[in-house]
Amino acid sequence: MQWDWTFVAEIMPTLLQGLKLTLLITLLSAIVAAALGLVFAIARRSRNPLVARPVSFVIEFIRGTPLLVQLYFIFYVLPDVGILLPPLVAGVIGMGLHYATYTAEVYRAGIENVPKGQWEAARATNLTTRQTWVHVIVPQAVPPMIPALANYLIAMFKETPLLSAITVLELMNQAKSVANSSYRYIEPMTMVGVFFLGMSLVSVVMLRWLEHRFGRLGK
Amino acid sequence: MTTPIIRINQLDKSFGTLKVLDGLSFDVMPGEKLALIGPSGSGKTTILRILMTLETISGGHIEVCGEQLYHMQKGGTEVPANEAHLHHMRRHIGMVFQHFNLFPHKSVLDNVTLAPMLTKGEPKAKAEARAMELLDMVGLADKAKSMPSQLSGGQKQRVAIARALALQPRIMLFDEVTSALDPELVEEVLLVMKRLAAETDMTMLLVTHEMGFAHEFADRVLFFDKGRIVEQGPPDQIFRNPEHERTQTFLRKIIAAGHRV
Repeated sequence: MQWDWTFVAEIMPTLLQGLKLTLLITLLSAIVAAALGLVFAIARRSRNPLVARPVSFVIEFIRGTPLLVQLYFIFYVLPDVGILLPPLVAGVIGMGLHYATYTAEVYRAGIENVPKGQWEAARATNLTTRQTWVHVIVPQAVPPMIPALANYLIAMFKETPLLSAITVLELMNQAKSVANSSYRYIEPMTMVGVFFLGMSLVSVVMLRWLEHRFGRLGK
Repeated sequence: MTTPIIRINQLDKSFGTLKVLDGLSFDVMPGEKLALIGPSGSGKTTILRILMTLETISGGHIEVCGEQLYHMQKGGTEVPANEAHLHHMRRHIGMVFQHFNLFPHKSVLDNVTLAPMLTKGEPKAKAEARAMELLDMVGLADKAKSMPSQLSGGQKQRVAIARALALQPRIMLFDEVTSALDPELVEEVLLVMKRLAAETDMTMLLVTHEMGFAHEFADRVLFFDKGRIVEQGPPDQIFRNPEHERTQTFLRKIIAAGHRV
């Protein structure tokens, strides 16, 4: 088997289209994971056991089952109960939900990492609960979270090929379809690898910088 | 006749099954400097934390500046205070902690100006001018732009005192403010507090193991044991001539541990 540069050039537009969608999915899922994770974290902190318990159960359930199975459920099983989602939407929900259970843990650790004395000092200086969160707790809790959150962003990016299983035309699926129609696998699959490797290397450098800039949780 | 600024009446506090304060009652007059002494676990820090509303109470009543602290009137009956009432009451009271609890992400100046700007809506210029006066008073005007992590323990504690004073409370609570300091840094904090006691008419409650300082600082000393006041009186009486056997034992142990009286 020979490496064919003209074939690479020929399939490049299709692959770049897939890459674009992969990046979009990563971005959208990251937003869902970041927002929903915060909801999970707050709900789990709730003093009301009727809120905290079920949320804890849902989190454990989602973490305890594979993402691929969850994606199949959302895309192929939910239509049986009348919920029909486009592949991209199903994929973003699946990925976002899955990773929200992990970001929730990051938020929890970040918030608990702020010493109790900070809450007491805020109270002793008569700040309101909202002022305490905005001016005292969040500014201290967030910086150590950033490297951990960025780590999950990279993990998410590398998991996007799973979405090919529910017909999303992201990078992997585009490569697969050109490969299947041309019977040439080496160029498309190598290029997929190269794209992911390139993006990962860039993100690792960024992550190192973030860790240096913001420190790590639980140091 | 002046009325007490703090009235504690039959105060109970339990942590689970552990009774920390047991039917405690005492009054504090405006401007009075009170030293609370006693063995660890005797409940003295808990009293300060309760006055700062950092704890809840298990029973009894506290009146601060003529109003109930943990209770309020609603439709003619007395109900537990809500957060708004506690917020309203907290403006009378400031507290300095054993471990300083400065906001580490804010500069020294911002630590002092944050609360006045947020809780009183003071304009930045006014808050900063007053903060600089206070930092000058505690001898740290040149550190205004520093971050707390760049300060020594004694400096941190002096900033914490300035932060509490910035809100101009009528009552200041000092909770073992020198206990976490290296011995050579204790003096600078005590000096600031002495000046404060001499120059203001603020009411001050001090929990301390520094008996020498308590002797010099306080108008009245309360000796606590097991959540009750065993003995109280002017410092000369308590330190030179304690009546109660438990007070005598406690003071003997403290002196044996090398603290001066």
